[in-house]
Amino acid sequence: MREYRLLPPESVRSHPASYERLVERGFERALNRTQSLSPKTIIQEVSDAGILGRGGAAFPTGRKWASVAEAPFRPKYVVMNADESEPGTFKDRVLLMDDPLGALTGMIIAARAVGAHKGYVYIRGEYQDVEARVAEALRMLETRGFLADGLTIEIRRGAGAYIAGEETALFNSIEGRRPEPRVKPPFPTVHGLFGKPTLIQNVETLANVAVLLSESVQWFREKGTDRTPGTKLVCLSGAVQNPGVYEVAFGVPLKEILFSEELGGGLASGRALRAVLLGGAAGTFLTPQELDEVQYDYPSLRSIGASIGSGAAMVFDDTVALEDVLKLLAHFFADESCGQCVPCRVGTRRMMEILESPDGFDDAERLRDLGRAMQDASICGLGQTAPLALLSYMDRPTLWKRSAV
Amino acid sequence: MADITLTIDGVRVTVPEGSTVREACGQSGEAPPVLCFHDNLTPANACRACVVEVEGSRALVASCSRKAEQDMVVHTQSERVLNARRVVGELLASTSDVSLAPGVQDLLSQNAGDPARYRTGATWEQQVLDDNGLYVRDYAKCILCYRCVEACGEDAQNTFAITVAGRGFEAHIDAGFGRSMPDSDCVFCGNCVAVCPTGALIDRSEYTLRQTGAWQEEAVSTTETVCSYCGVGCDLELHVLDNRIVKVTSPMDHPVTHGMLCVKGRYAYQYVQIEDEMPERA
Ligand SMILES: Cc1cc2nc3c(=O)[nH]c(=O)nc-3n(C[C@H](O)[C@H](O)[C@H](O)COP(=O)(O)O)c2cc1C
Ligand code: SF4
Ligand code: SF4
Ligand code: SF4
Ligand code: FES
Repeated sequence: MREYRLLPPESVRSHPASYERLVERGFERALNRTQSLSPKTIIQEVSDAGILGRGGAAFPTGRKWASVAEAPFRPKYVVMNADESEPGTFKDRVLLMDDPLGALTGMIIAARAVGAHKGYVYIRGEYQDVEARVAEALRMLETRGFLADGLTIEIRRGAGAYIAGEETALFNSIEGRRPEPRVKPPFPTVHGLFGKPTLIQNVETLANVAVLLSESVQWFREKGTDRTPGTKLVCLSGAVQNPGVYEVAFGVPLKEILFSEELGGGLASGRALRAVLLGGAAGTFLTPQELDEVQYDYPSLRSIGASIGSGAAMVFDDTVALEDVLKLLAHFFADESCGQCVPCRVGTRRMMEILESPDGFDDAERLRDLGRAMQDASICGLGQTAPLALLSYMDRPTLWKRSAV
Repeated sequence: MADITLTIDGVRVTVPEGSTVREACGQSGEAPPVLCFHDNLTPANACRACVVEVEGSRALVASCSRKAEQDMVVHTQSERVLNARRVVGELLASTSDVSLAPGVQDLLSQNAGDPARYRTGATWEQQVLDDNGLYVRDYAKCILCYRCVEACGEDAQNTFAITVAGRGFEAHIDAGFGRSMPDSDCVFCGNCVAVCPTGALIDRSEYTLRQTGAWQEEAVSTTETVCSYCGVGCDLELHVLDNRIVKVTSPMDHPVTHGMLCVKGRYAYQYVQIEDEMPERA
């Protein structure tokens, strides 16, 4: 049930940033092996493994690499997105603390595959311990000569904005501008950091690359489903016995993540389950019935309008009024909107005000019109997904106003 | 340049490569409404009044900046598009004083928008900033279209005196740390005023006349002339009310100015209307 691929098993005792760890985890093998492979072959392996981006959008990683590799302009950049600011999401932090060499190995391989000589690790500003750990791991890799072909990797620190995790806002932040998302197209693969072709990947995506290339495509595909091979880090929080970060194979029944003894261990208070918010603040509320029916995989979740998102699963028992949760989420988005476009700048504010007013939930048409305009017309994923949790709640009458005990 | 053929509301339209979706829409029917877009400025993509539905794209697409592509299928009147347009107008009207913003007023009236529907709390009501002799800033009227920032920056003036500060609903135009304009890098070219679509930036002359109720839009006549200050020879439009110059602009389609002027051309017109005073001869 509980997997150990991206997360090191307890038997691994070496210091996370040490050369011994690099060897013990097989990452040295991956680095040496890829030095003798052509960029094309590396990209082929990543494509064949079927890795999907773990930062939320689940875009096929191999396709992204191919498109950066093919882009005609130079220089090219590779960026590790460690901004991790989605509420209920804390996997990249654990991954980088416990095994920083995995994601960095993936990044070095990515740079070779797409032809980048400069890389940036963009780390959430509050993660100072993580930054120190990554810096230590990076120094070791540098000293031992693993940053081949003149590759340099710099660490950049975020300054407390959720929006800076959106890829194009992140580029603006590195460039010293306001982290306002850019309009796509053009996509980062052709017009990214400093206007150049850029590969940007989530920490967990790069860690997958490292374990893949230290083993083989066949080995990689042994876990997970045919459509979504591999494992996923789940951030389990809320009313469960054992909140934390767990690695599971794609396709496990969602129920097991919550209730299995090795994982969530069931509800903490022994109370009844009210709902699970899957995918973070920009996620979807699922009812206990839905939870019973789905697997933790994209196609299965899509059938009920949900997605894995960043890997967050927040569990609420029957003492919680979801209306209160929705108010907090609305507050979060109003605080974090960059303010660039009207549907999100004003919409997140109005959504918060409406939900906080005494009869706010009553005028469903006004809320739906607003939610749909935000989803449809906002520039970036923040505004487009800010109304999702509310809309999912409105579509599930069994979740409505049962007063908190 | 090659031509591109696409389908807009069921009609096949052919446009030169590089045209925007909105330009293509304009060929077959009515171009979608715009608020932040300005012919002479880089699209800011900020207002979202111009969104249309493009098949295969999950979210709606800003037609003012998106390039037309071969075989694109575009819908400009779908339910999603009309809802987005209406809500954008309603959200702006819930926040800002749009009394001098015809674009927002049209957006509301053409989409049956109710300016009060989202008036559920905070607005941008605030004090008028009156800190220099040439123009007044009434940010209660601002819709944050970014036009002024772009005119002051790379699109025209290259002075970079103003930018957007703050985030979310608190985002606003700022001259740096809340400074007054005279303390900022501003060179008082008034190009930001020329492109502002809402009256948030307004020439002092017009502002004062409006305050006293003496501004009569219909009675203003314009006279074209050439600026007399330097050899560039910018075209000027003198806006005249009661035989007094009340505003100076330059045609937006003028090949030299593109509607942009310097402080002398735009504001130093007083000498024209000072009666000659011949010094007494001894
Ligand atoms: C508002 C917003 C915040 C985001 N924050 C993050 C983040 O903190 N970390 C991350 O990896 N991706 C984040 N993303 C997704 C990135 O834009 C991008 O899709 C991702 O870094 C691509 O990497 P992947 O293909 O490996 O998932 C965010 C997206 C949005 C719209
Ligand atoms: S959707 Fe929100 S966060 Fe994204 S660009 Fe628009 S205002 Fe900024
Ligand atoms: S008057 Fe000119 S310099 Fe001053 S803020 Fe406006 S555009 Fe910039
Ligand atoms: S002051 Fe005028 S030009 Fe500037 S953002 Fe506001 S409305 Fe647009
Ligand atoms: S006119 Fe296109 S986004 Fe404003």
